[in-house]
Amino acid sequence: MRPILTIKDIAQEAQLIRARVVICCVLIACMSVIILARLFQLQVIDYQHFATLSEDNRVKIVPVAPTRGLVFDRNGTVIAQNVPTYSLEVVPEAVEDIDALIADLGRIIPISEDDETRFRELLKKKRRFDSLPLRYRLNEEEVARFSVNRHLFPGVDVQARLSRDYPLAEISSHFIGYVGRINEEELQNIDTSNYRATAHIGKTGVEQAFEDLLHGTVGYQHVETNAQGRTLRILQRKDPIPGSSLYLTIDVGLQAVAEQALGEENGAVVAIEPATGDVLALVSVPTYDPNLFVDGIDEAAYGKLIGSPDRPLFNRAINGQYPPGSTVKPFFALAGLEYNLEQAHESVYCNGYFRLPGKERRYRDWKKGGHGKVDLNRAIVESCDVYFYVLSQNLGIERMHNFMIQFGFGSPTGIDLRGESDGLMPSPKWKRRSRNQPWYPGETLITGIGQGFMLATPLQLASATATLAMRGLRLKPEVLLRRVDPTTLEPIEHDPDPAAIIEHGSAKNWDDILEAMRQVVHGPRGTARRISIGAAYQMAGKTGTAQVFSVGQNEEYEEEEVDKRLRDHGLFIAFAPVDKPQIAVAVVAENGGSGSRSAAPIARKVIDYYLDSVKERGPDDGSMLTAERSEAASQSQVR
Amino acid sequence: MQETRTLSQRLHLDLPLLIGLATLSCIGLMVLYSAGEESTSTVIRQAVRLLVAFSVMLAVAQINPRHLFHWSPWLYLAGLGLLVAVLYVGDVAQGAQRWLRLGPVNFQPSELAKLTVPMMVAYFFAERTLPPRTLQVFVAALITIVPTFLIVRQPDLGTALLIACSGGFVLFLAGMRWRLILGLVLLLAASAPAMWQVMHDYQRRRVLTFLDPEQDPLGSGYHIIQSKIAIGSGGVYGKGWLNGTQSQLDFLPERSTDFVFAVLSEEFGLLGVALLLAVYLFVVFRGLYIATQAQDSFGRLLGGSLILTFFIYVFVNVGMVSGMLPVVGLPLPLISYGGTSLVTVMAAFGVLMSIHTHRRLLSN
Repeated sequence: MRPILTIKDIAQEAQLIRARVVICCVLIACMSVIILARLFQLQVIDYQHFATLSEDNRVKIVPVAPTRGLVFDRNGTVIAQNVPTYSLEVVPEAVEDIDALIADLGRIIPISEDDETRFRELLKKKRRFDSLPLRYRLNEEEVARFSVNRHLFPGVDVQARLSRDYPLAEISSHFIGYVGRINEEELQNIDTSNYRATAHIGKTGVEQAFEDLLHGTVGYQHVETNAQGRTLRILQRKDPIPGSSLYLTIDVGLQAVAEQALGEENGAVVAIEPATGDVLALVSVPTYDPNLFVDGIDEAAYGKLIGSPDRPLFNRAINGQYPPGSTVKPFFALAGLEYNLEQAHESVYCNGYFRLPGKERRYRDWKKGGHGKVDLNRAIVESCDVYFYVLSQNLGIERMHNFMIQFGFGSPTGIDLRGESDGLMPSPKWKRRSRNQPWYPGETLITGIGQGFMLATPLQLASATATLAMRGLRLKPEVLLRRVDPTTLEPIEHDPDPAAIIEHGSAKNWDDILEAMRQVVHGPRGTARRISIGAAYQMAGKTGTAQVFSVGQNEEYEEEEVDKRLRDHGLFIAFAPVDKPQIAVAVVAENGGSGSRSAAPIARKVIDYYLDSVKERGPDDGSMLTAERSEAASQSQVR
Repeated sequence: MQETRTLSQRLHLDLPLLIGLATLSCIGLMVLYSAGEESTSTVIRQAVRLLVAFSVMLAVAQINPRHLFHWSPWLYLAGLGLLVAVLYVGDVAQGAQRWLRLGPVNFQPSELAKLTVPMMVAYFFAERTLPPRTLQVFVAALITIVPTFLIVRQPDLGTALLIACSGGFVLFLAGMRWRLILGLVLLLAASAPAMWQVMHDYQRRRVLTFLDPEQDPLGSGYHIIQSKIAIGSGGVYGKGWLNGTQSQLDFLPERSTDFVFAVLSEEFGLLGVALLLAVYLFVVFRGLYIATQAQDSFGRLLGGSLILTFFIYVFVNVGMVSGMLPVVGLPLPLISYGGTSLVTVMAAFGVLMSIHTHRRLLSN
């Protein structure tokens, strides 16, 4: 191939290569310019764009949950607080074998199946370096036992977190309610940005009704994170604003006394300060421990609450709708006087039953053989049914309905708690609308003794009683007394809503009714005369007994023969002292039998306690403010 | 004569080149300290590697280029044999079969090929008249393509590209005719669809990602997006040493190896990058100068090819990190963490120094 005689021109070849090297130099220069141009584009022209992207990469905004406001009763006793609780938390990335870890930990600290299931759910959702709770609410012994063995469990630690706590437990459950984990449905209705760091929300009671005040405002931390999202340092912080602390109108001492007085009976007690509408006690028995719900109630405990025939979760005070029985008699008597019926000023002869003209059916009196000749006063004091059959017949259902709704029967009282029941004040219109049936005259008669369709909640009864005590001044019952501003720590009084006034003709009409109610307790023939013994004050009241079970026309109701759950409800409404009412009470003792025997003594105990404690403390107690300031201060330290 | 020789001459070193390389190494260690989470052990490990690599350079520089010339065919054949061997008995790492276990040492035959291929092509042309004839060009192309193909099979696209370049540079410097160059370029363009067929999935993905990185910002596009953010957010003056948030907070992947250039750009800005580029260009131009000063065609062709390949190394890495070129997994020579390619690069510089310092005295 190669020509043998070609002479290699070394100089020329070197020249050739040099020429090619020069070309290469030019190319290299061009390529370098391209690189520099590219870098100029990235680092100078698009600098802002990339600088922003880089900042977005690095800085993340992490919400910080506000501390929930505390709740106190009217005297400064803590009802709801935030306590540090210990939870056992695991950082998954630091653990080699999660299954083995749970098994090993289970030997030191009891871990239920529920705990494990919940933990495994979290394990799927959260990142590898997040600290995930495996067990909540360790007791001190468990914390100690873990601490001793801690070196055996890398990646596991005990964490203290603030957790909602109800120190009064069962005593407070029905009005304070409880908080629980936010569920899907609630998530739809809250301002999600304000709840970004919050796990719990008020579910019932005060916790639910004043959620907005209690929750506070979320804070933020600007944190520097790495590519995996792990927080490296805090760059900036905007502190959360804690929730307002609330003082309730409730007196937990009174609450406890009322609950104790009900004893084994199911029932409800509502006490109201007539002059303000302050709800002093809101008792429903049986109760439950609201603490169970805070970190999620386990299925067994929940099943027990739900499955109990006594329905402990049911708030009888605002949701229990009972036939009010004879407790309505003072109201109808007042209606008779106010409408100026002739009959209200005349006596009726009671022979034990009443018949509508031309009808066979007997409307019986509770007293066999009857009361004899009865006027309005005696009809209230001895609770004569026949008198009220006659009165009702004369009033007519329309006037009865229109008079009673002025006291709040048949509609919610407007208490500042959610889910209150309406009760029912029947009228022909209502019956036509809801049942498409005409109103029968007999139904007017039984409405007159608080039976038939009529239903009232204990709260409605207490509110109506307070209205009676205030001679027509009707205040909306409220549980919020004042709140403490979370930043200034200034107490902000809650102004009661303006009162509604029931127009009335003559003051004497009210005097007569209230005097009759006084005689129910203090008169020699009063149905509740037994509870007057030893009372240091004058009390006005009215007993009531509500039928749960209809007794046939010609049968006798024998208490002993009827199943406990079908026995009559005992009711009692009262206020005291008569001349200057400080407390109005409604008591319902479910299946307690007659109101005079079951409900009235409970009311006496409640009123005794309250009037005593008011006397001891004096009407205006300055110590409240001191307690509140110190609590507010301690709350800001918890944060 | 003995008296006038300086220390560097006696050691067969080229002082300007040595200074350039040492500067690059120091910059590399400094950036590495930042990229490697300020771990001194990483820096020490890399310093030891640099020491080894510089020793290799020193050793190679002592070899007379005439010996290299004579060894070229044998080294080339040995390299080819190892490349075949690695396909059958090589260790697999990260989906590629690149490593050969030789006793205690792990060894990549493709690294050896980076030297032997340009040596062999230069050897082929050294004794022949230049410019080469068409047939000779084809023989030289074959010498280049066989090992390139074997390396593509491993697969290691980046190294294959460099080896193809190194052979091509010899051809170009040897004076390959422009018509042929144009024809070859057209042929390559025409064969692009065929190349696409031969490519592995991950290689195709890299090309697609290069064309549109936003398409898969958390998957294959993540590297390049984060790298561009790092470079761009560095601005003119940079965020300062150890202060690059992209680098320090883990957003930038492979930040001490292939993407180390992004760390440097983020922390030292356009000014730092320009300085680095200036040092590289100094080294490259000094290398090209050495090539032109070589005493024979073998020296000129080999020296020129090695230094041009070095520049391609830099260009491809910077191009890929700044999003101009697809990601092909080439380190930034002398800066990136890692030892294998470092040794080869320094051996190449050893060859350059050897060419420059072993001079036959023509007139005397």
